[in-house]
Amino acid sequence: MKVGVVTFPGTLDDRDAARAANHAGTTAVSLWHGDADLKGVDAVILPGGFSYGDYLRCGAISRFAPVMEKVIAAAKGGMPLLGICNGFQVLCEAHLLPGALTRNHELHFLCRDQKIEITNNQSAWTSSYEVGQEIIIPLKNGEGSFQCDDATLAALESEGRIIARYVGENPNGSRNKIAGITNERGNIVGLMPHPEHAIDTLTGPTADGLGFFTSVLNAMVK
Amino acid sequence: MALDTVTIAEISPEQVQPFAELGLKPDEYSRIKEILGRRPTSSELAMYSVMWSEHCSYKSSKVHLKQFGDKAVKTPALLVGIGENAGVVDVGQGYAVTFKIESHNHPSFIEPYQGAATGVGGIVRDILTMGARPIAIMDPLRFGPATAADTRRVLPGVIAGVGGYGNCLGLPNIGGEVVFDESYLGNPLVNALCIGVMKHSDIKLAKAAGAGNLVVLYGAKTGGDGIGGVSVLASETFDATGPAKRPAVQVGDPFVEKVLIECSLEIFAEDLVVGIQDLGGAGLSCATSELASGGSGGMKVELDRVPLRDATLSPEEILMSESQERMCAIVEPKHIDRFLEICKKWDVTVTVIGEVTDGERLEITWHGELIVDVPPRTVAHEGPVYNRPLAKPDYIDRVNSEVINVPLPKSAAEIKAAVLKLAATPNLADKSWVTSQYDRYVQGNTIQSQPDDSGMVRIDEKTHLGVAVATDANANWSYLNPYEGAKLALAEAARNIATAGAKPLAVTNCLNFGSPEDPGVMWQFAETVRGLADGCLEMGLPVTGGNVSFYNQTGAVAILPTPVIGVLGIIDDVRTRTPMSFDADGLELYLLGETKNDLAGSEWAYLHGQRGGSAPIADLQREMRLIDFLVEGRTSKVFVAAHDLSQGGLSATLTEMVLRHKVGAVIRIEDAGISLISESPGRVVVAIDPADSQALNAMAAKYKIKATYLGMTGGDALEINDAHIPLSELHTAHTETFPKLFG
Repeated sequence: MKVGVVTFPGTLDDRDAARAANHAGTTAVSLWHGDADLKGVDAVILPGGFSYGDYLRCGAISRFAPVMEKVIAAAKGGMPLLGICNGFQVLCEAHLLPGALTRNHELHFLCRDQKIEITNNQSAWTSSYEVGQEIIIPLKNGEGSFQCDDATLAALESEGRIIARYVGENPNGSRNKIAGITNERGNIVGLMPHPEHAIDTLTGPTADGLGFFTSVLNAMVK
Repeated sequence: MALDTVTIAEISPEQVQPFAELGLKPDEYSRIKEILGRRPTSSELAMYSVMWSEHCSYKSSKVHLKQFGDKAVKTPALLVGIGENAGVVDVGQGYAVTFKIESHNHPSFIEPYQGAATGVGGIVRDILTMGARPIAIMDPLRFGPATAADTRRVLPGVIAGVGGYGNCLGLPNIGGEVVFDESYLGNPLVNALCIGVMKHSDIKLAKAAGAGNLVVLYGAKTGGDGIGGVSVLASETFDATGPAKRPAVQVGDPFVEKVLIECSLEIFAEDLVVGIQDLGGAGLSCATSELASGGSGGMKVELDRVPLRDATLSPEEILMSESQERMCAIVEPKHIDRFLEICKKWDVTVTVIGEVTDGERLEITWHGELIVDVPPRTVAHEGPVYNRPLAKPDYIDRVNSEVINVPLPKSAAEIKAAVLKLAATPNLADKSWVTSQYDRYVQGNTIQSQPDDSGMVRIDEKTHLGVAVATDANANWSYLNPYEGAKLALAEAARNIATAGAKPLAVTNCLNFGSPEDPGVMWQFAETVRGLADGCLEMGLPVTGGNVSFYNQTGAVAILPTPVIGVLGIIDDVRTRTPMSFDADGLELYLLGETKNDLAGSEWAYLHGQRGGSAPIADLQREMRLIDFLVEGRTSKVFVAAHDLSQGGLSATLTEMVLRHKVGAVIRIEDAGISLISESPGRVVVAIDPADSQALNAMAAKYKIKATYLGMTGGDALEINDAHIPLSELHTAHTETFPKLFG
């Protein structure tokens, strides 16, 4: 199974995401922002970083990249798509997911090992976890505060589309401690913390993040 | 604005030039005229003035820095030595590692965010220029008192700048220092270290060889930032009503640099460049003159081809601009199309601005008129050299004869109070408020970062080869005895990588001092260099490069002499590193090394307002035995944890160890006061399985290092004799300081 990892100018965690995908037993394929070509991949990851410097709004320019036309079309057709951090921001800007990520409430970049609770294991990217399972993976961003209007929040809650929440103190002011959400179909996931940095205890705080990458393998095998 | 050309300069020797305003002395100006056989054009004057500045020419430090070469051990590990953008060492398996520290002190005081950000950007480009992928950064920082109003201005800006730039580049920040002292109030120190890795065959040098090869400028467009003294030329000599003086602090764009890194690495991977130089201090003046000097000397540049952000810039300003995120490459004509194609892929602006010639002159034209015609070595390498007067300052004998008189904790209550006080003091308090603003995970190879003794990164995922780096300076000791202070900082940095089990390999340094025109400061500097050179020779470690920052001085008050020493080491298997702390009960704790009455320069003495006494004398033979002991402790799997003792002595080390995984310890020590707060060098606390105590003692005997049993791990408190310090209370004391001060 092939998982595409997109590189925009300013993407930083592309090699990490590829390493995680390979570690989970899939084959990572590098996708270039300027090529409207998915190279036959079965799923796509939009990794973290500062695409285009995040100068306008995070993710605002990347959504218009040639590769995104293909990504958006494929995801609308059901292809698993995971946006991590800056990738989550791109998904919101592309209107594949609702809401927006705004500046952390304490107004500076925050890097820490973050406990989150998996609250939905029906998505393409969370099936390896149990509902209620608590995991620790790195959180690192300056604009990670998930915001949306009340109606959207109510819909996300009632439809069970919140896939993970922060445990303990809210690290960035996200509404309802939201760390990640999915679309109605469950194939598109946006996640603020970084599972690709927690695939072994040598380089990460835990190996808890690997489940996101094995989940997508399950989703395809099914 | 009239253009000053070589032709005009030849016929107008009487023209008055503002050399003094540009920082040149009258005899330096005379020497330029002698070299050229005429007065310099304004462009030439601008080039000489920046290249002959203290920062670029090392004119006050050169005579001393020679010792790093003269006393150096000859080691095959050194692939590229001092003189290039950064030194390169062989770390085995075909890999080469380059690392270097630079200062960006003055800009960071004026504009903390941009000063610190461009400090990171500059050192990263130095590493990239060697052909290496940058893999990690560290930031040794010094500020005025933590409670001072200006520290609250400077520190948050510097931290945000280091983070803002480094995070956006995708470089993990794996360590550094944050130290407070009155002497840094008007002169904060912002030093930045970068580490890069490449294969041996990928090493690049700054040389413009091969007539007909093209000079290519790529990266950001050139703007008016960072011009500094050169605006004197533009505004005073030629046109008093011209553009206003622009900010002398450069403004960074980390996104452009990130793209520049990836673009350059792709260019290097296809072997498309003959030589390369980044544009940092002195901008194009430096890049063109250094590249030309590195080759036969001949180069022609059409300056009007340089892409500009501000079309009104004069040629002098373009030559001097320190706009960030620019590189200059020498490319064979047959490779230029591919070079341009890669730049286009990354949307990087690229322009051919000239070519290498078979002459010996650097010739620069502006719309066809010759404005610079110089032998490039005279600009880049043959600047003035000063053997400045030096004299042992009066304070040395006075402070060395002072006797430290501080209260020593004896009772349980006093011990508890002392441990809590040291845990909370800004110099020793938990730095998470700082390090949580830095990405330590990106690239996925970080094995250790703050608060570990050293930063460690994996460089090969299959073989698990890694490197460790630590930076250290103890300015209190350097103040009391700069010679020993330098050796002690070297020993501490080496020890800090050895605690994890890495073997020291090479040294870099950033020497931060007051004004070289003060004979007392110059003596401190000379003694420091002598101490570091002697220390490196004794320990068999080459100095691969470094940086000197003078004029860290407000009025007559200089900063404490602050030589920041960086040591890089190798670890053959990062999976086997010895961590800094334990997460299990029932382990035995030992102190390796000897504790003496070393209170001079200690944090405890500083907290009691005392700076006098005599610094310890470095015993580098013993330090080297301790390092071997620590490496064997890892490879023999005897050490479960190891943590260095430095500022704050045993008290600080135990605090950090028990708080790391919230596992307490029960300690029994004699002479608790001295044992807890003395800062005798060459000491480490190790944790072992009780079954390994014989093995530990055998190694201690073999390496002739004293091992003293301290106690056992376990419980939810740090117990020292009768003092009971709950971990929750210790944690609060240690962690609340920074958020309270700066949150």
